[in-house]
Amino acid sequence: MKQQQKTMTLVFAAVALLVLPLVLQGFGNAWVRIADMALLYVLLALGLNIVVGYAGLLDLGYVAFFAIGAYSYGLLNSPQLTEAFPAIAASFAQGLHTPIWVVLPLAAGAAGVFGILLGAPTLRLRGDYLAIVTLGFGEIIRVFLNNLDNPYNITNGPKGVNQIDSLHFFGFDLGKKLVVGGIEFASVSLYYYLFLALVLLSVLISHRLELSRIGRAWMAIREDEIAAKAMGINTRNLKLTAFGMGATFGGVSGALFASFQGFISPESFSLMESVMIVAMVVLGGVGHLPGVILGAVLLSALPEVLRYVAGPLQGMTGGRLDASILRQLLIALAMVSVMLIRPRGLWPTPEHGKSLPTPKA
Amino acid sequence: MDIFIQQVINGLVLGSMYALIALGYTMVYGIINLINFAHGEVMMVGALTSWTIIGLMQDAMPGTPGYIILLVALLISCVVAATLNFVIEKVAYRPLRNSPKLAPLITAIGMSILLQTLAMIIWKPNYKSYPTLLPTTPFNIGGAVITPTQVMILGVTAVSLALLMWLVNYTKLGRAMRATAENPRVAGLMGVKPDMVISATFVIGAVLAAIAGVMYASNYGTAQHAMGFLPGLKAFTAAVFGGIGNLAGAVVGAILLGLIESIGAGYIGELTGGVLGSHYSDIFAFIVLIVVLTLRPSGLLGERVADRA
Repeated sequence: MKQQQKTMTLVFAAVALLVLPLVLQGFGNAWVRIADMALLYVLLALGLNIVVGYAGLLDLGYVAFFAIGAYSYGLLNSPQLTEAFPAIAASFAQGLHTPIWVVLPLAAGAAGVFGILLGAPTLRLRGDYLAIVTLGFGEIIRVFLNNLDNPYNITNGPKGVNQIDSLHFFGFDLGKKLVVGGIEFASVSLYYYLFLALVLLSVLISHRLELSRIGRAWMAIREDEIAAKAMGINTRNLKLTAFGMGATFGGVSGALFASFQGFISPESFSLMESVMIVAMVVLGGVGHLPGVILGAVLLSALPEVLRYVAGPLQGMTGGRLDASILRQLLIALAMVSVMLIRPRGLWPTPEHGKSLPTPKA
Repeated sequence: MDIFIQQVINGLVLGSMYALIALGYTMVYGIINLINFAHGEVMMVGALTSWTIIGLMQDAMPGTPGYIILLVALLISCVVAATLNFVIEKVAYRPLRNSPKLAPLITAIGMSILLQTLAMIIWKPNYKSYPTLLPTTPFNIGGAVITPTQVMILGVTAVSLALLMWLVNYTKLGRAMRATAENPRVAGLMGVKPDMVISATFVIGAVLAAIAGVMYASNYGTAQHAMGFLPGLKAFTAAVFGGIGNLAGAVVGAILLGLIESIGAGYIGELTGGVLGSHYSDIFAFIVLIVVLTLRPSGLLGERVADRA
C-alpha cells in the first residue's frame, strides 16, 4: 500500500514537472525563463553540494568554474574570437561554431582542471583558510575576464561576449520553437526539458556517489579528517576528486548558461553569485539532496516571482524600494531568519544516532 | 625613485586603513571562530553616518573649523557602528553559537547583504562626494607628496593601535578577552563572562571599523553603500595573511598588503611591458594570499595550532 502511494506521488510529480513549462508558456515566456534559471541553479547547487555537503570543504569561489564553463562555450560559439583574431577567422570561414559534443566535454574538462589546479596547493589548509583562498580565486578569475580585452581582445572585457549560438544537436536547434502534434514548444521550454533531464541525471549521479565508497570516504573526511586518515583513506586525493567533480558540474552548468542566455559578461560571475549558491546549499540542508534542490528553487525562483508582484510597492515608497532592492532585502532576511530558526537547513538529513519516531499503530 | 617613495606612502596609508578593519575580523575570529562577513558593512555604515553628520553640521554651524566637524562626526559614527555591531552579534550570531559551523557564516553573509540593502534604501544608491575638511596643501617628502588627510590617517591609526594594544595587554577586559580566546569554558570557570567579553569584542571591532570608514571616505572623497565590500575582503585577506586570530599579525599583514598593492600597481605596467595594467591591482592581494598560505598555511605570524588569539 505504502509503496503504491510512493509511486503515485512520483508519477504525479513527473507529470507536473513535464507539463509545467506548457502551462507557464501561457502566461508568457518570462515565466518559463524563471523556471529555467531555477533548474540551472539546482544544477549548480548540486555540484557545490558535492564539495561543501559531502566533503565538507567550504568553497566561496564556486562561480569561477561556472564562469570558465560559460566562457569556454561562449568563445567557441560566437563571433568574438574570429573578430578579434584574423588568423582564426581565416581558418574558420563559416565562423566559429563548435559542436556541442566537443564543447561540453571541453567546458567540463577546463573547469575540472582548474578545480584540481586550485585544489592541489590549497587543500591542506584548514576550513576557513580554504574558504578565503577559493574566494580569492573567484575574484582573480573575474578580474581576468574583465581585463583580458587588452592588449589582445580575448574576452571583450566588461562588455562581455555577444551573439552566442543556441544549443543544437541531432538537428534540433533549441533556439527555435518546435511544433509537435499541434502543441507549440517555445525555445525556453525546450531548454527547460534539457535542464530538467540534466538535473535528473545529476541527482542520480549525486545519489549514487553518496552511497558509493567515495561518498562514504568524503563524509568520513567531513566528520573527522584525522580519523578518516587513520582508517586508511587517502584524504588528499579524495578531496581533490571532490573539488574536481564539483568544478565539472559548474563548468557544464556554465556552458548551458552561455547557450541559454546568448550573452555573457563578467558581471554574471561576481562573488555575490558564489555566495548565493552556498546559501542555497546551506539553507536547503547541506548534504541532503532534496534539501539542496529545495534551497536552490526557493532562492532563485521566489525572488524573481516577487519582482512581478512588487511593482505597486515601488509607487508607494516613492521609488526608494524598487523590485530589485526588495528582492535583495528578502533574500537577506530569509538567510538570517531561516538559519536562526532552523540552523541545519530547511530540509536537513535525518540525524544519525537518534531513534526513528515510532510509527503509529 | 620618487615614484617609489610615493607608492610606499600610498601603501602605508592604504595598509593602515586595512589594519583597522582587519583587527575587527581577527579579534572576532580569535574568540568565536567566525568570519564576520558583515564587518565591511559596519565600516560602510560608519562612513555614511559621518557623511550625514558632516552635512548636517556644515548646514547648522557654518564656519566651524573642519577638524572639529570631522572629530564630532567620527565620534558619532563610532557610537552608531558600535551599537549596530552589538545588536548584530546579539541577534544573528549569539543564538547560533552551538550550531553547525556553516549556520553563523550564512547569517553573517545575510547580515552583510541586509546592511547593504538597508543602506541603499536609507542613503540612496548614488555615490556621495565626501567633503574635504582638512587643508589640502600637501607636504613634500623627497619628491613625493603626502596630503594632510593622509597624515591624519597614519596618525589616527597609530593612536588607535596603541590604545588597542594597551586595552588588550594591560586591562582587565583585555585579559578576559585573551582568556576567552584561549579557552572560553575555562575562562568562564575563572569568573570571566564570555557573553560580555564577546559583546565587548564586537563593540571594539566596530569602533575601529567606523574609524577606518571615515578615513577611507575622506581619503578617496567618496562614499556609497557598496564601499565596504572590497576593503572588507582585503582586510580579511590581510588578517589571514598575518595569521588569523593574531592581533600583531593582522597589522603586519595589512601594512604589507597595502604596500604590495600600491607598489605592484605602480610597477606592473613597466615590468610586463604594458601587457598587464594597474587595473590588476585588486588581484595582487589574492595572489599573495594564495602563495603565502600555500607555503605557510597558518599565516605569517600564526602558530601551528591556529585556534587562539
